[in-house]
Amino acid sequence: MLKLVWLIPALPLFGFLMLVLFGRKMGEPRAGWFASAMCALSFVFGVIVFAGLLDKPAESRHFTQTLFTWLPVGALHVDVGFLVDPLSMTMVLFVTGIGALIHLYSVGYMHGDPKFSKFFIYLNLFVFSMLMLVLGDSMLTTFLGWEGVGTCSYLLISFWFTKDANASAGKKAFVTNRIGDFGFMLAMFLTFSTVGSLQYTEVLEKSSGLTKTTAAAIVVLFFLGACGKSAQMPLFVWLPDAMAGPTPVSALIHAATMVTSGVYLMVRISPIINVASPWVLTLIAIVGAFTALFAATIAVAQTDIKKVLAYSTVSQLGYMFLAIGCKAYVAAIFHMVTHAFFKANMFLGSGSVIHGMHDEQDMRRMGALKKLMPITAITFILGWLAIAGVPPFAGFWSKDEILLNAWEKSPVLWAVGLFTALLTAFYMSRQVFMVFFGKARWGHDAPEDAPEEIKHLHPHESAWTMTTPLVVLAGLSLVGGLINLPFSKDVEFLDKWLEPVLEHSGMRVVGASSGLKVTLAVIAVIVGGVGIAIAYAVYLKGKADPKKIELPILAQGWRYDASLAAFFGGPARKMADFTAFVVDRKGIDGAVNGIAKLAAGGGQQLRKTQSGYVRNYAAYIAFGAVVLLGWFVIRVGL
Amino acid sequence: MIAALVVTRSWYLVLAAVLFAIGATGVLTRRNPLVMFMSVELMLNAVNLTFVTFSKALNDVGGQLSVFFVLVVAAAEVVVGLGIIVAIMRRRPGATADDISELKG
Repeated sequence: MLKLVWLIPALPLFGFLMLVLFGRKMGEPRAGWFASAMCALSFVFGVIVFAGLLDKPAESRHFTQTLFTWLPVGALHVDVGFLVDPLSMTMVLFVTGIGALIHLYSVGYMHGDPKFSKFFIYLNLFVFSMLMLVLGDSMLTTFLGWEGVGTCSYLLISFWFTKDANASAGKKAFVTNRIGDFGFMLAMFLTFSTVGSLQYTEVLEKSSGLTKTTAAAIVVLFFLGACGKSAQMPLFVWLPDAMAGPTPVSALIHAATMVTSGVYLMVRISPIINVASPWVLTLIAIVGAFTALFAATIAVAQTDIKKVLAYSTVSQLGYMFLAIGCKAYVAAIFHMVTHAFFKANMFLGSGSVIHGMHDEQDMRRMGALKKLMPITAITFILGWLAIAGVPPFAGFWSKDEILLNAWEKSPVLWAVGLFTALLTAFYMSRQVFMVFFGKARWGHDAPEDAPEEIKHLHPHESAWTMTTPLVVLAGLSLVGGLINLPFSKDVEFLDKWLEPVLEHSGMRVVGASSGLKVTLAVIAVIVGGVGIAIAYAVYLKGKADPKKIELPILAQGWRYDASLAAFFGGPARKMADFTAFVVDRKGIDGAVNGIAKLAAGGGQQLRKTQSGYVRNYAAYIAFGAVVLLGWFVIRVGL
Repeated sequence: MIAALVVTRSWYLVLAAVLFAIGATGVLTRRNPLVMFMSVELMLNAVNLTFVTFSKALNDVGGQLSVFFVLVVAAAEVVVGLGIIVAIMRRRPGATADDISELKG
């Protein structure tokens, strides 16, 4: 059964090729159905391979399939092959599973779009690249997928490229990701020059022979790559802007799958992290915790329904990196999976709202949508409870595990995580209350200054293709925690499942007593409850002016974007100009042109010696002969 | 009685040097291509003379061998050179070497 693994990425690739060739002919909605079917079939084969893997004893759950030799260059020999182990299969299952649901949703969401089939071309290509990323058995194959998902992300963010903002958001994502990619490439070069291979199995086996510093350098460079892809400080700026793309894209690429590839990469190379100097882990933990807090504070003051979710995604990814920094790899993967469930759910829910509100994204124009969009509202509320950390929803379990591990590493990190949890509960509640509860701010109830189309708006529930994925994902948000309940060793399924992969990662074994565990969990729940209560008081009961919380500096994202723009538009631009117009044009070009001028000038002078008079030439020869003779007489003493 | 004149090796070498100098001066100063050509021949034969002298002195037949080479090459050179000179003279009667300077830089 394991041999079928090549079919998992092959099916979306097939779908991509067929849609490129016949997409237009298939038209709407057949192109969408075809793409969804390919992704769903891929999921089916994923389940089959998963079952095959489950069939084996835990220690032999490791299978590689080599398809063909890709690069035979001297000592560098790279095959295209797949590595099937519990980690990659976990990724495959949720990538294809959520991918299939979002394909289905897109059939409804992209209804009537003139580029309907093109959208599914990109979507299938994305799924293929993502599967190459997680299934690749060498860093280079992963990098192939890594670049592939980056390209698809670019194409999909600027899908409606006729609007200027969308096009530049795509460019921003692409350029920011390139910064991370260069870290990834350097890490690969360093790995190859020190270990002599890029194959995961070989590299991870030999990683114990690396020195602390080399391992640290490799990990930091990979972490730079992960920061780009997974939107961590200081490279997170592209993700909020990426919301310019169609909402299914935001859900699939910018919440559930692509942005988690950095987390996957860090878990994959965990044996190297184990060898590296300990400050690397602290760095990862601090970056993660800081990003989580930073993004959460910004999310508090956003008014765009998707921007809130975008900053929330950055914040939750920060949690995952916090977990990695605490060596709690299972917790990171656990949170990645549950986050994929509830965040995809809420993104699709917000897409449904936007669809129902006729492309209105401003939450200040919404309100009281619960009655008109019951399915969207209920599923969204389930997602909200999950992210807010309300037991027994999925987010509670995974976030709790991260906080517990953070506590073991340092109470400061735990406190940051806890405060972020408070903010998370607050801003998500704010969003739910503003969108689904309270007073309507559209139709007849719209305020005086609202635009005309808001005053004549009749929101409606979305089609079944859109609500079905919502229901499934909401169900998963509810029960997702079941995959790793912390009650006893027997029910920590994810823990046991990932154990063979993390054997050499030096994973932290939580030594906390159950009393401490319960205390921390209770504190987390209380803090989450406080966040919800504050939002309730402010946005539903009107006990305080929201303006006191939604500070302008938060709405502007701490002016991070603006200061980046100011820096790169000002001093950095000047430096670049200096390099371009002074160093390059005068220095480097000057040197090259100077040599050319020297040759030309010398030639001008030398040509005078070629007079055309034979006797002149004869004189030169005679002179040369005399000089040679003189040299012989003096030097050789003839 | 004329004292027995001993012709030593240096006599030949001095003669060769004088011939070579005359030839070189001719090449450098004369403008008539034909005279220049003859001067070149003079220089070649001056060299031949030194070759033969040393061949006899060192008892090495290699020197005389070289003379044959020089003679053959000189013969070939005369054929080509005279051909060129005749061609030039046909086009521009009375041309000197200085008139043929189209290839100057």
